[in-house]
Amino acid sequence: MIRSHRVKTVLLLAMVVLATAASGQDEEPQEDPVQAFFDKLETEYHGFYEVRSGYRLQNDPQEKDMSIMEARYQFDLFSMRDWGDVKIKGDVYGDGVEEKGVFDLREANLFARPTDSLDVKLGRQVLTWGTGDLIFINDLFPKDWQSFFVGRDVEYLKAPSDAAKISLFMDWANLDIAYTPEFDSDRFISGERISYWNPVLGGPAGENNTLSTERRREFFEEDELALRLYRNIKNYELALYGYWGYWKSPGGFNPTMTAAVFPELYVYGASLRGNVGKGIGNAEMGYYDSTDDRSGDDPRINNSEMRYLVGYKQEIGRNLTAGVQYYIEQMLDYDAYEDNQPAGMAKRDEFRHLTALRLTKLLMNQNLNLSLFTYYSPSDEDVYLRPVANYKASDNLSVEVGANFFCGDEPYTFFGQFEDNTNAYLAVRYSF
Amino acid sequence: MTRTQTITLLSLVIALSAVGTVHSADVPDVQTIVNKTNIVAYYQADDGKAKVKMTITDKRGQKRNREFIILRQDVADGGDQNYFVYFQKPSDVRRMTYMVHKHAAMDKDDDRWLYMPALDVVNRIAAGDKRTSFVGSDFLYEDVSGRSLDEDTHELIETTDTAFIVKNVPKKPDSVEFSYYTVVIDRANYVPTKMEFFDKTGKLYRTIESKEVKTIQGFPTVTKSVVQDLKTGSKTEMEFSGVKYDLKLKNVFQERYLRRPPREAMR
Repeated sequence: MIRSHRVKTVLLLAMVVLATAASGQDEEPQEDPVQAFFDKLETEYHGFYEVRSGYRLQNDPQEKDMSIMEARYQFDLFSMRDWGDVKIKGDVYGDGVEEKGVFDLREANLFARPTDSLDVKLGRQVLTWGTGDLIFINDLFPKDWQSFFVGRDVEYLKAPSDAAKISLFMDWANLDIAYTPEFDSDRFISGERISYWNPVLGGPAGENNTLSTERRREFFEEDELALRLYRNIKNYELALYGYWGYWKSPGGFNPTMTAAVFPELYVYGASLRGNVGKGIGNAEMGYYDSTDDRSGDDPRINNSEMRYLVGYKQEIGRNLTAGVQYYIEQMLDYDAYEDNQPAGMAKRDEFRHLTALRLTKLLMNQNLNLSLFTYYSPSDEDVYLRPVANYKASDNLSVEVGANFFCGDEPYTFFGQFEDNTNAYLAVRYSF
Repeated sequence: MTRTQTITLLSLVIALSAVGTVHSADVPDVQTIVNKTNIVAYYQADDGKAKVKMTITDKRGQKRNREFIILRQDVADGGDQNYFVYFQKPSDVRRMTYMVHKHAAMDKDDDRWLYMPALDVVNRIAAGDKRTSFVGSDFLYEDVSGRSLDEDTHELIETTDTAFIVKNVPKKPDSVEFSYYTVVIDRANYVPTKMEFFDKTGKLYRTIESKEVKTIQGFPTVTKSVVQDLKTGSKTEMEFSGVKYDLKLKNVFQERYLRRPPREAMR
């Protein structure tokens, strides 16, 4: 009964959105009082209304059938002043799965360019760098894997940071410094929405067995610093990276094994990207120094790792682009890990190989975007498929259908553990 | 041959060549025409800026709009160029930026970047097919930034009182969807006023027309152009406003400005 009521609510909302969109198309846009108010403040006001609904395609004993059910409003305020820019962007949504209303402030920052060679951005912001496509080595800014897997717009994979970003532009190179005074973890898979393999329980866990974590909240003590030094040589972008912080998703357990923790992590890396043949090639690597377990013999804490990525993308037909990536995670001190792993616990491989293929096809004057992203790991023997079709019915109205398919031979591998979360979704968005 | 005969012959030769000279001064050779037209269409001044309003109308009459600001800087006249495009509408592409380092040399692909604000990602775009639609319109990438003159052979097929008509045949026919195209060029200012593209069967299927030409800072400038796709029945109108030349742009054509463009690119 409750469910059918909810479905009705969503349908009603969808109808309202569609009706608004339809009326917007026929008539000249009327003066919107909210718009007029922001115009007066010399502030650009944009955003969207969206309804998004999705279900698991099979039963998951750990979770609800409903994978996503939300009505969302995003506002985006931007104002250019003489001294700099102000940006505030936030989402308000009713979440039918968790049965709550949520306000998610995604950006609230000040940007200034005090000199030609210095940019400063302060406040809540979305940060990102590196060369991978949905594979991150040196991008250690928070990711929202839960949103990604339940089928929210890919925009939500990037979670915001409360940070200061300073960019210095010099003749010989550019330097970005991102300082986050209080550690911002990933919005990781905790069982709340997506069931996962819990190594302590030795089995699958979900909403009744969410992962408890020891969060790091010491302001200016448990902080993060990320650097990128980069330059462009004949349009080949060469970058060096450094990160001093913590594993972004839980990287170990506390001594009593009652809660997951975020151990200290330093990362040093490099990347290169540029034209190769008819397409764009990229290569990236990173050394993950897990400082709390440098010898690798502490079974509770992640070992240090090397991570490598090569990628290539090219237009292979009219409005058809293909991208391939090959990624390797190598556990360092693997012998020590093997020797100290408690009996009966699933062991990781020393090397995790992952391939990724993206195909994107634009049709109908580029108003229909078909995209398929495939992760396949030959070592874990698991697969994650992300087919998405997005159609822009007008400049304001778009419709999206997509799915998240997980499949694996073992219940504890990276993607295999999410098999029961396989879901499909539908979304309608009205942008203004 | 007598002396008189020789003189007569010489005068005749001189007279004829003089006629020839007069004629060629009036009608330059085709390479000169296409070079001049290329400069007028794509390389006016050292740099330029325009606000562009694009209206795409499909065969059912449904309209879509795009608004963006375009900055251009010439590295060399008739040679390499840089473009920077800042999108303002529609709202789902607002603040998106697109940058091209165009390389005129045939064997060197352009470098292209795209910044997507929602994801905060700067992507390199594979050079790829330049004859694909620019932002879903009937204009192609090549129409916006120009087709290299070396790609085609040029022939002056007609000269009228007001116009030159040049036929252009691709040197590599397999690389394009047309068999040839003709350009009508205004003799007075070398502005291309109409382009007609013919498909592999010789049938006209696509036209680009300059609907309005204004002289801005002394440079003849197309301020309104329309492309029509006769096969799909759709058309796209491009209107240019706020055109300015010789802004003495600093080097804004760098990756760093994609995320946060300089003010002159944003309004």
